[in-house]
Amino acid sequence: MSTTTAAPTRIEQRFADLAGEGRKAFIAYITAGDPDLDTTRDHVRRLEDAGVDVVELGIPFSDPVADGIVNQQAAARALAAGATYRKVCGRVASIRKASDIPLLFFSYLNPLLAGTYAANIRAGAKAGVDGYLILDLPGGATDDYVRPLREAGVNYIPLVTPTTAEARLPGLLRPAGGFVYAVSREGVTGMQKSMSGEAVGVVERARRHTRLPIAIGFGVSDAAQAAAAARAADGVVVGSAIVKALHEAGGSAPALRKVQRWVADMVRAVHGD
Amino acid sequence: MPGKLSQPDRRGFFGPYGGMFVPETLMAPLQDLDRAYRAARRDAAFRRELSQTLRDFVGRPTPLYFAERLSGEVGGPRIYLKREDLCHTGAHKINNSLGQALLARRMGKRRIIAETGAGQHGVATATVCARYGMDCVIYMGEVDMERQALNVFRMRSLGAEVVPVTAGERTLKEAISEAMRDWVTNVRTTHYILGSALGSHPYPMMVRDFQSVIGHEARTQIRRAEGRPPAALVACVGGGSNAIGLFHPFLKDPGIRMIGVEAGGLGLRPGRHAARFAGGRVGVLQGTRTWLLQDRFGQILNTHSVSAGMDYAAVGPEHAWLRDLGRTEYAAVRDEAAVAGSDALCRLEGILPALESAHAIAWLLEAGAALGRDVPVIVNLSGRGDKDVQQVAAWKEARRQRGRTSA
Repeated sequence: MSTTTAAPTRIEQRFADLAGEGRKAFIAYITAGDPDLDTTRDHVRRLEDAGVDVVELGIPFSDPVADGIVNQQAAARALAAGATYRKVCGRVASIRKASDIPLLFFSYLNPLLAGTYAANIRAGAKAGVDGYLILDLPGGATDDYVRPLREAGVNYIPLVTPTTAEARLPGLLRPAGGFVYAVSREGVTGMQKSMSGEAVGVVERARRHTRLPIAIGFGVSDAAQAAAAARAADGVVVGSAIVKALHEAGGSAPALRKVQRWVADMVRAVHGD
Repeated sequence: MPGKLSQPDRRGFFGPYGGMFVPETLMAPLQDLDRAYRAARRDAAFRRELSQTLRDFVGRPTPLYFAERLSGEVGGPRIYLKREDLCHTGAHKINNSLGQALLARRMGKRRIIAETGAGQHGVATATVCARYGMDCVIYMGEVDMERQALNVFRMRSLGAEVVPVTAGERTLKEAISEAMRDWVTNVRTTHYILGSALGSHPYPMMVRDFQSVIGHEARTQIRRAEGRPPAALVACVGGGSNAIGLFHPFLKDPGIRMIGVEAGGLGLRPGRHAARFAGGRVGVLQGTRTWLLQDRFGQILNTHSVSAGMDYAAVGPEHAWLRDLGRTEYAAVRDEAAVAGSDALCRLEGILPALESAHAIAWLLEAGAALGRDVPVIVNLSGRGDKDVQQVAAWKEARRQRGRTSA
């Protein structure tokens, strides 16, 4: 178990509050800077208004090997508009002036290594980021990368997948905080027509090694799937489907309101309201 | 097996380089692959089958050929060409494809995927898949498919499915990402034959071992030809598999210079070359920590080389480590010099080299005289150049046009 002596992060607090109410968490992913950082700030507010519990901001990277086509294109748009890790941190700081929504960064390692890693993490924490999920960290000198997260007081959120061997789980989960991200299937991020049955098994295996909440992600794209995933876990992540809907809505206010209502429907399905 | 100097540690690191920086889904198959490979290389039956197939199917050993007229032109060392261009399918790539295909069969995986840049690795992989009756899917950037249309035709003739990759720059880097995405999705049935000494552990170690047949043969051959060790080894470095394959068996011998030649492209400005050591910085890309061409925000830069096989933003992690140890050194050669190197080898020796290999020839023409008078030097002629003739013709035509407008 992680030994957190510091104050709980917003992520930890939100999961604790939800558990107290007997409710599950709805986590929304969007790519930061798609199509620009001002829009990202507006999207975060829309998601918060829709009742989302935690927002994952994807840090755009030129070579996102774990992402499907929707998130690849979103990252390309964000980079074309000039998004950088530090600019995203800056925008988080401005979001924090008006909002206490739990925020986490979903990133590849390399953008976090530009300059020094520890300074980048401190900058994120100072801006108000609550946790980091680093896609391509698992096997590489993990302690070197986890320690600065702990020192900055933010959560390290690991990914557990259907292929993760039971023997790896203790090492993977020991430094974790906030929640554990259970990947529902083998594959990249992106929408699926039906939820994989493997998700339940992944959650059950992870449960044997952690008391942290577990959220299911990768491939959840509508209210029915979200509700089904929520029954098997403590939270649900919806990513590509929201990225795609927001992109298609473009700058149209009625279309954006429609996306917000659709997200709110998914949130209600997960909360059980 | 090679000495301790350059074996990765338990987590796949060569000093601070290498490692396993991959999505969690790939950790299990990579660890399975590591175990299966270590078991295979201890297995005498596996080694015997590999070496017999290298002999009878690939055509090994390849000759070590004394290039008398090239030596005269360079004016110093006695230059020997390690003739990997004479391997079946025309390049060193098949040494690795064959080894990995035998390993995949041993692991019970019937579906093979691979990326390719110049198309040589794709052709080699499609060839061994045809030989062993395996399904084969090759990911190739759209730009490379245009540059190397002949190899696309060859792969399809061999029964492979060639999937165009349309993301980003549409070259090798994007093809690797797409192959990794396929592997993440189909890990249980599929083996990914990565084509260079790159990516996550165990690939840099395993690909190097399969390519080390080059250096082992050359080490015996040069002793027979010259009765003394070489003064220097020279090889082009895209990902770096032909170079590490030549260098590695010589690491135990003191006093041999090992020179890797990177693609200088149009000159060492961002986006115009692929010389990682000259213009890069350490970072993490596609599973490995190594020298990368990237901007100051950690985004991978576009690269350029006239040769598709050199056109990649990262260098194999063991090269980075050997360089830190002072065991290897690296230089960059520009497009123009590489094309001139190709022409020179054609005219002097009657050998048309791949544009990749031509970078090593070009370096010798520029700097080889300083290696010493009458000392033996081995150059890895990693592939033949038939695949490049259209590309070279177009390049020369474009230059002629430019010359006319600026005149």
